[in-house]
Amino acid sequence: MYSHGSESLIKQAREIQESELQKFYSRLVKQLHGREFGHETIDSLQRLHLILSATKYTRTLPPELQKKLLSLLLSSSVEQLQALSSAVLRETLPLSGQELNYNQDANSSLNSHTAALLLSQTGSRSDLSSFCAQLLRSLDSRSPEGPAHSVLHTLPILNTILSHSPDCLTEDHVTLVSKKLVDWLRYASTQQGGGTSSGGFFTGPRSRQPGPIAELDGTVSGDFFTVLCVGQGFTEDQWMNVYSFSMLRHWLLTYHTVSNGNTTVDTANRLQLSLSLSHSHSHSNDDRSEVDGSVVSVVSATSSSSRLLPPKERLREKAFQYCQRLIEQSDRKAHKRTDTDLQKACLVEAVCILDSVCVEDASLVFKAFPCVKGLYGRLSSDLSFARVLLPIAQFYLNHGEMAAVDCECVWKLVFGRFPAELFSDAFLAHELLRFLRLNLATLQLRVPQYTRSFPNLLKFLAWDSPAVVDDFVDLLPSLVTAGTAVELLHSLLDLPCLSATLVLQLRSTYFPIAEPGGRGLLSLEAFRSPTYRGLFLFLLRGEAGSGDTIDRLSTLHQLLAEASDWPRVIQCAQTVPVLLHIYFNTVVTVADEKLLAHLISVLLERSSLLLNIPKYVKEIHRVFSCHLLRLCKLRPSLVVDQSHELLEFAGTTANVYSKEEIFTHVVWVLGEYLSVSCDSRCSVALITSCFEALEAVLFEVTSSAPPSGEARPAPRVITSLMSALAKLASRSHDLIPRVSLFLSKLRTVTRGGSVPWCSNEEDLVAIVTRGEELWSLLKAPSVAQSVLTPPPHVNTPQWHRDTNVAMPLRLRALTSLTHAN
Amino acid sequence: MVHSFLIHTVCPVSALSAAESRVLYSRVFGAGEGLELRPDERRLLHTEKLLAVARQVRSAVALSRDASGRVLVETVPGEEVVALQEADSGVLRLRAGEPFPGEMSVLWLGVQSLGFTLVCEPHENLLLAEGTLRNLTRHCLEHLHMLGPGSEVLLRSDRIDVLLSRLLPHGQLLFLNHRFAQSLEKEVAAYMAK
Repeated sequence: MYSHGSESLIKQAREIQESELQKFYSRLVKQLHGREFGHETIDSLQRLHLILSATKYTRTLPPELQKKLLSLLLSSSVEQLQALSSAVLRETLPLSGQELNYNQDANSSLNSHTAALLLSQTGSRSDLSSFCAQLLRSLDSRSPEGPAHSVLHTLPILNTILSHSPDCLTEDHVTLVSKKLVDWLRYASTQQGGGTSSGGFFTGPRSRQPGPIAELDGTVSGDFFTVLCVGQGFTEDQWMNVYSFSMLRHWLLTYHTVSNGNTTVDTANRLQLSLSLSHSHSHSNDDRSEVDGSVVSVVSATSSSSRLLPPKERLREKAFQYCQRLIEQSDRKAHKRTDTDLQKACLVEAVCILDSVCVEDASLVFKAFPCVKGLYGRLSSDLSFARVLLPIAQFYLNHGEMAAVDCECVWKLVFGRFPAELFSDAFLAHELLRFLRLNLATLQLRVPQYTRSFPNLLKFLAWDSPAVVDDFVDLLPSLVTAGTAVELLHSLLDLPCLSATLVLQLRSTYFPIAEPGGRGLLSLEAFRSPTYRGLFLFLLRGEAGSGDTIDRLSTLHQLLAEASDWPRVIQCAQTVPVLLHIYFNTVVTVADEKLLAHLISVLLERSSLLLNIPKYVKEIHRVFSCHLLRLCKLRPSLVVDQSHELLEFAGTTANVYSKEEIFTHVVWVLGEYLSVSCDSRCSVALITSCFEALEAVLFEVTSSAPPSGEARPAPRVITSLMSALAKLASRSHDLIPRVSLFLSKLRTVTRGGSVPWCSNEEDLVAIVTRGEELWSLLKAPSVAQSVLTPPPHVNTPQWHRDTNVAMPLRLRALTSLTHAN
Repeated sequence: MVHSFLIHTVCPVSALSAAESRVLYSRVFGAGEGLELRPDERRLLHTEKLLAVARQVRSAVALSRDASGRVLVETVPGEEVVALQEADSGVLRLRAGEPFPGEMSVLWLGVQSLGFTLVCEPHENLLLAEGTLRNLTRHCLEHLHMLGPGSEVLLRSDRIDVLLSRLLPHGQLLFLNHRFAQSLEKEVAAYMAK
């Protein structure tokens, strides 16, 4: 809960007066002078931390206080004081020369909180490098009897440094850590640690020998220690085992990034590597039969040859064995639910590590595949393991071809059952879409199911649009192909319907018969009714190819009418315009003329076939208008191709009112591109029929009030109609008298003042002015044509590009203008 | 590696505009980011970036709650386990440069008016991260009495530091089986008892 108290505390901390703060500082310095620190000191430190952390501006502590805190951090054995002083110092500016102090004392007391401060305040790479060197020294020279936990956090720190500044580590460091990791991973004690045994009165000699470690199902472990082993207590090397495995994958993925200062070491290593390659080959061949066959003993069967491997390869080999053992161990029935979860997480990690190891050393693929394949066989029917199956899919994708393994069944899961049945799992959605993004090129090339599965993949988007829209922004272009374009467009437009249907699908599984409370949803009844089954099943289809859309879309929209205010559906509807823009930008790169023509007819048809969410419809019309224009600009001959559909649309007066945006653009496109200069097929008859259709609409709109319930037409619609008529007339001079007559009539009518189709006087004046301009322009037909249908070189002038060419051109233009007048 | 952990509000706060979030605790792990900047600039940059994350999570929680249409169940101190079961959860993708240099996956838990957020490197084991976040959240709720009206999250932040040093040392997710977890929890409980 967040209370007003907390809010006012933050306010106080931010607004504290400087004088008050100074007093507070000096009081704290006094408190820190003592040897024992009481509750009061702790309280003051906590308040100090709040004061420092509540503001964006970095406050500077008095040097004395800062030094006190630093020595407290380094010398105190009370963890609370360490934690607090570290937290306070992290919020302030480091003292100059501070690092010096660390170096002096670090060997004795590098606790986790000190390390945290060091990491957050290192000022340079060289600081980090020396810090690293020091950590590694302590790792190397430590006697096994040293204090527990002191070395534990060394590995996470190294891992952090490796991920942020790999150049602070050297090849030697990597070698050393790799060697250490091998020891901890593979040779941790298999006896339980006695550290946490409670002792007690009857502690006998037995408790000193707590016995062997156990598996999660309680049986005695017969193999080496892993994170899936349990005992009463743990030895330090068992803790190190946990830490080592936790960082292993990151280490394997990134240790290559360590740049090498010492090239001689590098070449030596490489030499060793090439020598050992032959070794590991024969080794893997020897082991293969064992891997296929027996269960436990395989993993621990260490070949003596591995000792000869260079550290990195050796680590790879041990990592491989560790993962194999984890995969075996995950089959055991854990007593605790948290351990069952851990088993899953371990499986993910193990498969990922096997994958990265195989990527590095392809010879291991044959050794790893039986194990991964077995795991797949074990888990594939249980969707609760879906998130484990994804890394397995990655493994198949990376290595399936090489191992000549059939991956078909994997893709059936990933593109079939996962999206269809687990669309509401936010984490699976995130991971699956990330998998697709990362492997896009390979998937497009090798997995034809990918593009076909878009109706299924879109379910993630329909269910949780805000969370995954970003992924679809990246993925959508790959789904647009000449074969999928039309169906994909329909699917995107019906995405809000899919969203509603998924809600209904889940509801009908949760409440198979009728919902308690009695207030059932009409749409839910429709969803259950066999009459409409086909409609919903089409929306829920898993693969493309069963038809672009359905005939009874309007029925579907009616059935889902009540969904138009469901938040999930609205969120989904809000993402569609963005995706449509991406769709259209992509489709022009893959579509031929015929497909583009088809798309235009789809646009016109779908403009009146949308789920009725007013804002959604408006937005979609805007996107349609924008891309209709761009398509026609790109291929002007499309207008002649689709003139029948466009004319039908523009000739329908109702569209003036309900689809003003698209209507205006269609009219503009007709006026602009219905011309012989754009397409030689454009005949006089076509121009005339277009002229007549538009003329009729303009006449209808300007001769009467709008039909009841409709707003007055936008002035833009009327001016674009007038312009289009004038343009058409300028190309077919017979039509000029008809436009002129209309325009003169318009002037006469409006002289009287108000007209029923335009309420705003300014708008009316603008319309009339435009009419007069066009009228006078049409009086000189040749001028009208060059103004209204300018030749391309005038439309796209390139005069500025070359001064020599520009001058004569400009002169010629001016001359032609004076001649025309 | 985990990049950062934060606790912040996901409810309207009177002093802030509707979409803002108040960060109550934040911790950035790792080193070497923004070394070219002055220390105070670096700190400000971290703060602003985390604030940006908190805002995004705030919207994500609101949208997710809106979409699910579930009624929030009020819980009181002592019902931490219930509160955690009822929590909304999700994951966000932050593109490279928005606001971190590399892409990040953000895991969040919305418990009542509070958000608990883990910013992870995208290749991180999210199953493990999810478990760790739940575990951390439960401990925070319990040890800082966060279901009550108090302000311990502000005044006892050292408790969170200590929790993190055990369960997420320097941003390292750990594979802890229940025995390891128990032994860490004992240490944590001993700390909290002081």
